[in-house]
Amino acid sequence: MINRALLFTIALLPVLALTAVPVAAQEGEKALLHAGTDIRDVKSLQRGARYFMNYCSGCHSLTYLRYNRMAADLQLSDKDLADLMLTSDNAFDGINSSMPPVAAQWFGKQPPDLSLTARNRGVDYIYSFLKGFYVDATRMWGVNNLYLPNAAMPAVLADRQGLQKPVFKNESDANGGAHMVLVGVEPMSPGTMSPQEYDVLVRDIANFLDYAGEPIKAKRQSLGVFVMLYLLVGFVLTYLLKKEYWKDVH
Amino acid sequence: MAAAPESAESTKGLIGWIDQRFPLTALWRSQVAEYYAPKNFNLWYYFGSLAMLVLVNQLVTGIFLTMNYKPSSAEAFASVEYIMRDVNWGWLIRYLHSTGASAFFIVVYLHMFRSLLYGSHRKPRELVWIFGCLLFLALMAEGFLGYVLPWGNMSYWGAQVIVSLFGSLPVIGGGLVDWIRGDYVISDPTLNRFFALHVAALPLALVFLMIAHLMALHEVGSNNPDGIDIKKHKDAQGRPLDGIPFHPYYTVKDLMGVMFFLLLFSAVIFFAPAFGGLFLEAPNFEPANPLQTPPHIAPVWYFTPFYAMLRAVPSFAGTQVWGVLVMGASVLILFFVPWLDRSPVLSIRYRGPIYKFMLGIFVVAFVTLGVCGLRPPAGIYPMLAKICTVLYFAFFLLMPWYSRFDKVKPVPERVT
Repeated sequence: MINRALLFTIALLPVLALTAVPVAAQEGEKALLHAGTDIRDVKSLQRGARYFMNYCSGCHSLTYLRYNRMAADLQLSDKDLADLMLTSDNAFDGINSSMPPVAAQWFGKQPPDLSLTARNRGVDYIYSFLKGFYVDATRMWGVNNLYLPNAAMPAVLADRQGLQKPVFKNESDANGGAHMVLVGVEPMSPGTMSPQEYDVLVRDIANFLDYAGEPIKAKRQSLGVFVMLYLLVGFVLTYLLKKEYWKDVH
Repeated sequence: MAAAPESAESTKGLIGWIDQRFPLTALWRSQVAEYYAPKNFNLWYYFGSLAMLVLVNQLVTGIFLTMNYKPSSAEAFASVEYIMRDVNWGWLIRYLHSTGASAFFIVVYLHMFRSLLYGSHRKPRELVWIFGCLLFLALMAEGFLGYVLPWGNMSYWGAQVIVSLFGSLPVIGGGLVDWIRGDYVISDPTLNRFFALHVAALPLALVFLMIAHLMALHEVGSNNPDGIDIKKHKDAQGRPLDGIPFHPYYTVKDLMGVMFFLLLFSAVIFFAPAFGGLFLEAPNFEPANPLQTPPHIAPVWYFTPFYAMLRAVPSFAGTQVWGVLVMGASVLILFFVPWLDRSPVLSIRYRGPIYKFMLGIFVVAFVTLGVCGLRPPAGIYPMLAKICTVLYFAFFLLMPWYSRFDKVKPVPERVT
């Protein structure tokens, strides 16, 4: 019996290898940077909340995250919270943006709600996106983004990060024609922050948005450990019970 | 059904009072305590009771979800986030339900595979199998309808793709699609009726079919890994020599199985509820948007083998209906397996090499189809899907020949 099961498994291995092949990146899509966030790092989340309220909440809402929920989860004092409540007087409210509906005309689209961006696009995407702006004179705000081509968003953090310029590579296509292909970005002028400081800033924002996408996430994981231990004990007990009952079956 | 117990002697007090009015003890004895199951059930025999456990999980968590879910296109998406964030333990209830959907299909696929291994669909269990196939159909409908309810963008476009399949049917197609949607597009009325079907009609069908499945099983008795009839050898009291009472032996054994299952189930719920985008797809964390098609529409993993078969069939004579018919046939063909299988033995233990080979090919083809259905139809996947669609049908359609001419080993008299 064991041999047969083994044979089946071996036969399935090439199939499972297929699942490991990532979906081919779409034209122009770049591999994402690794954010390396930690949802249990409350200090990082607190900084991320502050950065979000200062830099992002002017345009972007977090409709599904209430101020008081954020204060409780991030261990913010009443004063901390009051400093962050830029878009509402009521702590029960969701975090709305200050953007009027006319913003769609300013940017070409309404700045999206970011409540679920971490679940939809992933933390790595947020981290990469915020590091991916480069100078592009053809765009309305003078910038484009490596990870979201033709992004409508201006480079809000450009004074912190400094400007970046695109790096192109000459590639020849199947017909022998030469093409300029965007392969990356490199620093052009320094910002008020060092690259390391900027990485922390962006990582904190990504971490905070990961929290905003699922506020229960950290608690869910820590609770899960106890649930698993409880069930493990239950499994051992029921195994012993089964063994005891089955002693007389031959 | 066993005869009514001698109630005066055997049951007293409250149970005695009930037994004089309702066959409680009689049912308990005939269906559980004195239902003799073969003593040689192996790992594959856990999945029936696990499917029942998951069904109960879906019913209970579903009831609690409906208390806060709003079946309206304007509110559905936000109400799911309300459940995830503001309802006490709502996140757990929702993850139990969403993970339960995938778990349901995992245990049901394994449960069905067990039947192909040991011939559990063969005479006299054809009706057990047919009720099972109906359960599978109802489960697929339930899974699809439930997937639409969160009203994310993949819900919307998945519904768009699946419902429009009916439109390819000749003559009635167009009208049928409008009738299903209740509108000319997927919209609020569609969501309302899908909700009604998901929380009332199909759960009822699932519960009644499950009862019929179990009644048919208990009428003829369970098969076993040797595929032999344990009722041929009985002791003086008429009890099968190779049978043991379901209770306590299999109740404690299944309880152990339940604990092990819950360990895996909880690992997913607490540590990977989206399961890498397989159980909860990333585009579904964006509200339904009729103006923005997701870059790649893929159904949830449990439908992908069938979806791959749909896509594998090219359009012909100016219509796409062939793919739809092939997909329908791929499910309906299951109903005929008891009659397609002509082997003189039931269990794979005594079958010859051809059946083992074909079953192996079938498993590889089914899993490969599942992978193909998840991927955009580019590169090697379309060709792979075509080959595997042929292999999938070959397993069933050639079965009357290869199962009959395959060499078989002698079957023992008693279970091993």
